[in-house]
Amino acid sequence: MPSPVKTLALSALLALALPVCAQTGGELHFCLHGEPKTFNPILVDDEASENVRYLTGGVLIRLNRQTQELEPALSTSWKISRDRRTITFHLRKGIHFSDGTAFSSEDVAYTMRLLMDPGTHSTTGDSFRSGEGTLQVQTPAPDAVAITFPAPVAGLERLFDQVAILSAHSPKKEMAVLGPFYVAEYKAGSYVLLQKNPNYWKRDAQGHPLPYIDSVRLDIQRNRDIELLRFRRGELQLINRLDAEQFERLQHENPAVTRNAGTGLDAEELWFNQSPAAPLPDYKKAWFATKEFRKAISMAINRADLCRIVYTGYAKPAYGPVSPSNHFWFNAALEDPKYDPQGALRLLAQAGFRLDNDTLKDRAGRPVEFTVVTNSGNAAREKIATMIQQDLSQVGIKVNVVTLDFPSLIERITHTFDYDACVLGLVNTDLDPNSQMNVWLSSSENHQWNPSQKSPATAWEVEIDKLMREQATAPTDKERKAKFDRVQQIAAEQQPFIYLINKDVLVAVSPNVVGAAPVVLEPWGFWNADTLRLGPAPELGVQK
Amino acid sequence: MNARKLRVISAAVLCAIFFVGLFAGAVSPYPYAKQFRERPNATPSSLHLLGTDSLGRDLFARLIYGTRVSLLLAPAAALLATLLAGIFGGFAGLAGGWSEKLILAATDLSMALPLLFVLLALRALLPLNISPILSVTITFTMLGLLGWPSSLRVVWAATKNLRNSDFLLLARATGCSRWRVIVRHLLPNLRPVLFAQFWISIPVFVLTEATLSMLGLGVIEPLPSWGNLLRGLEDISAVSANPWRLTPLVLLILVVICFQFILPSQEEIA
Repeated sequence: MPSPVKTLALSALLALALPVCAQTGGELHFCLHGEPKTFNPILVDDEASENVRYLTGGVLIRLNRQTQELEPALSTSWKISRDRRTITFHLRKGIHFSDGTAFSSEDVAYTMRLLMDPGTHSTTGDSFRSGEGTLQVQTPAPDAVAITFPAPVAGLERLFDQVAILSAHSPKKEMAVLGPFYVAEYKAGSYVLLQKNPNYWKRDAQGHPLPYIDSVRLDIQRNRDIELLRFRRGELQLINRLDAEQFERLQHENPAVTRNAGTGLDAEELWFNQSPAAPLPDYKKAWFATKEFRKAISMAINRADLCRIVYTGYAKPAYGPVSPSNHFWFNAALEDPKYDPQGALRLLAQAGFRLDNDTLKDRAGRPVEFTVVTNSGNAAREKIATMIQQDLSQVGIKVNVVTLDFPSLIERITHTFDYDACVLGLVNTDLDPNSQMNVWLSSSENHQWNPSQKSPATAWEVEIDKLMREQATAPTDKERKAKFDRVQQIAAEQQPFIYLINKDVLVAVSPNVVGAAPVVLEPWGFWNADTLRLGPAPELGVQK
Repeated sequence: MNARKLRVISAAVLCAIFFVGLFAGAVSPYPYAKQFRERPNATPSSLHLLGTDSLGRDLFARLIYGTRVSLLLAPAAALLATLLAGIFGGFAGLAGGWSEKLILAATDLSMALPLLFVLLALRALLPLNISPILSVTITFTMLGLLGWPSSLRVVWAATKNLRNSDFLLLARATGCSRWRVIVRHLLPNLRPVLFAQFWISIPVFVLTEATLSMLGLGVIEPLPSWGNLLRGLEDISAVSANPWRLTPLVLLILVVICFQFILPSQEEIA
């Protein structure tokens, strides 16, 4: 019989041996879902380029996708002035770009000036623009840099997660990088090959240089079915985002390769057209402007069924503009409204509606009937609309479902306003509420229920405008959170958007990728690419 | 089996399908839109003969209601398209000259237009607040009004052949009026061509409606049609796992074959 000491020693030995099984080197292989438009990190504004930037760019501050906390990267520390205009970084010493050029504060200054130059037309730079004036950058030492913005910038430090530092002196310009990989080869329409950056600054806990993987091959593949087929054949090791049906199928074949990272940030929602310019009859405008009507509709929709049937269980009911996965900004104090058709009828009765022979009628005796539009070709949204149709029939409301091609739909919801209600999704890539500014400000074009208002149409929109502006300039995150919590509370009370579901982030990872821990934030499956290892020959158990 | 027997069987099958479609309300065990949410994607059982779709709707009920929509409206659209093709194609082939050139130019222009985009533009102009029944009627009318050019070319070519035939020359030489030439000599000879165009158009329109459904132009939810039931076949792996989903396709093929069998053959017409 083995002694406890021997068993303990054996266990310890095994534990030490495990990381050794996962080798260093090798090539990680997965797909981009579009052609990268640029390799210049300053000009990135598409998902494929963003992925390449994440894998190649070195940033001063990195948002840890798992903890959702900011961590030092090229900077060892940073300090923000009380007026939130100036940020001072202390930089790591002895770091070199992938081509061997030394990294210093001059590179940061060069990058920031380029980023903020209006002539560059940088989308990343736009996030920093909060007022008129010019940027000032001071480089008191090679390892210190102070950046002063013309006006306070909310969530300033978080924005640096998107700023990949360029070399001011390298002849290779944007191709000289500070991230774990550099672009070694690119064949348009076919693939991007990234090689390990020999000068990458980061090391693991044992002091070994990172990344472990030698190269990353990104095939350009728009067709998700082909991507899935190649994964099942073992040609790819990662699929970065799967839809629920694909995930379910893969789960049946081989549960070991499927990873559900949890509830994502994106939401699907329904809203009613409240634009005064809408060519709708006045009685319909009056229905849609009634808070009780919107809340009753929200109560009559069975969100749990939407999650279970449309997303085969890989979604969660959504009740507000912030997903519960957004740990800091989610207002946990808000109550989840329950599915309650009888409660919805009571609320409708308070607003003057009555049920007459299974048909809901307004005060004037008009039957309540409206059309929900959504974009054609999106099976999930079509199903959502059809299920809403049945749910609302239980409270006597007749709903017509119309699917339109995307340009026609956008034309209707942004220009002609010739629609009753719409089901669409909002993509949230950032945790910070500033990224939702364009939705909540009443003057914004994306304030979908009543866009581009000259002055806010309702008292609660006045309050939201005020709160959103105040949170953008509040000195501390705590104060910002308090203000944005109130915005979420107003949104729950008024239901201008009836939030329906938050989709889960579904990823497929081959078992030979060691260390993969998909998260709900982009880039989901490979956020920790520099610490991923490729293990021994994969025992995929999937179709070869 | 001789041709007559086949024709009788085909006619019986078609009648049965039409009958079931017409009296769908009496035959169907459930309303076509009812969602059994506790049983999505169910396999065939005594409760649901063909199982359920992804929203839990009974596929047998949807199939027979869809039969009504497709088998009434697709032939109506095919008839409209064939009539337009017959009138204008026949006129162009018979009259010749500038009117022939004008009609053929218009046909070529129509054929060059991408049908899908024309329909998209037309759908964008339609109001949203229309019932599913009206929407499907409009869709098939549009198909009929826009689906004539290829048939017209065939009818025109056939008419042109007949115009130069000896028997028409003889008929004209014996003093037959133009109307009599058309009714007694031309139309009976064009009948097989027109019939063929009509029968061919039916499955084409059913499938076009399926494509249009994907673009939001076809039959709108929750109304079923063969077209939107065929959309369930997009996912090949789901079909291989649930082969009963092929039933609408099997039914469509069966109907097309039956239509072909009940057509009079060239020899019989002669």
